[in-house]
Amino acid sequence: MAILNVNPTRMELTRLKGKLATARRGHKLLKDKRDELMRRFLELVRENKALRAEVEQAIAGAAEHMAIAGASMPKYALDTALAMPKQGLALEVETKNIMSVDIPVYSPKFKTAGEGDIYSYGYAETSCDLDAAVRALADVFPKMLRLAEVEKSCQMMAAEIERTRRRVNALEHVMIPNYADTIRFITMKLDENERSSTARLMKVKDMMLEQAHHYNQ
Amino acid sequence: MYDIAVIGDRDSVGGFAALGMHVVPAESPEEIRAALQKMTQGSFAVVYITEAAAAAAQDIIDRYRDEPLPAIIPIPGVRGNTGAGMRAVSQSVEKAVGSDILSK
Repeated sequence: MAILNVNPTRMELTRLKGKLATARRGHKLLKDKRDELMRRFLELVRENKALRAEVEQAIAGAAEHMAIAGASMPKYALDTALAMPKQGLALEVETKNIMSVDIPVYSPKFKTAGEGDIYSYGYAETSCDLDAAVRALADVFPKMLRLAEVEKSCQMMAAEIERTRRRVNALEHVMIPNYADTIRFITMKLDENERSSTARLMKVKDMMLEQAHHYNQ
Repeated sequence: MYDIAVIGDRDSVGGFAALGMHVVPAESPEEIRAALQKMTQGSFAVVYITEAAAAAAQDIIDRYRDEPLPAIIPIPGVRGNTGAGMRAVSQSVEKAVGSDILSK
């Protein structure tokens, strides 16, 4: 029971009734938003987990090839082989709005479209395991990008869900009860004032009647 | 247009250079933090970081969790998978739902 610090007047009462109606409507909308966000989030987070498992496995596979390549050729040869990449990669970032969360959508732009352009070295001095490692990484890249997209979306949506839940709770457990209590308080106060003024009028009427006609009830 | 960066020890990240990603080999915690700090300033939309390296800069990663750019994504390095990436996902679930309902 918490009553806001307001004057018990009719004007305040109307104002508070308006606020209460707004708060109720806001509460309902935010609750719907929270539920829908949660549904989307759970879908996305399931995809996130599956993707992550896949990507982690694929990268581990590529790392194995890389380790063998590192063992079968001299270190400087490995470093020079990868020192000047032929392929260039840029990322175009757009955003998509899901329930007021701006989640990113990445589209990769490769510099050259050639299939073999990921191999930035002559084949004479490098081990075929290096080819396999680079090929494996190139194959997993679309999934890695999707993983980045999904994981970032999950993080942003988690934050938004937390915020929305707090707002819903604040409205439900603090604002709305406070408004309701205050409205009750003002109504009672106004009614009480009305009764007291009626009583006063009756009393005055009695006194005036007695003065004029010497009635005595 | 944005770039993609990969941070981690040389053996883990070398291969990504062939795909045209921006590779930053970093071994010591100071190098890792400096590299990540630089990535967050400008033109990088996605930063992959090995789980081992991520452990050294967890506070920076946490700070950018809710920001739209960049997305900092942990990946396993050559020395295997520490499970930190999966834990981060579970952390998101915990934040959103209140408890981790998806992991068994």
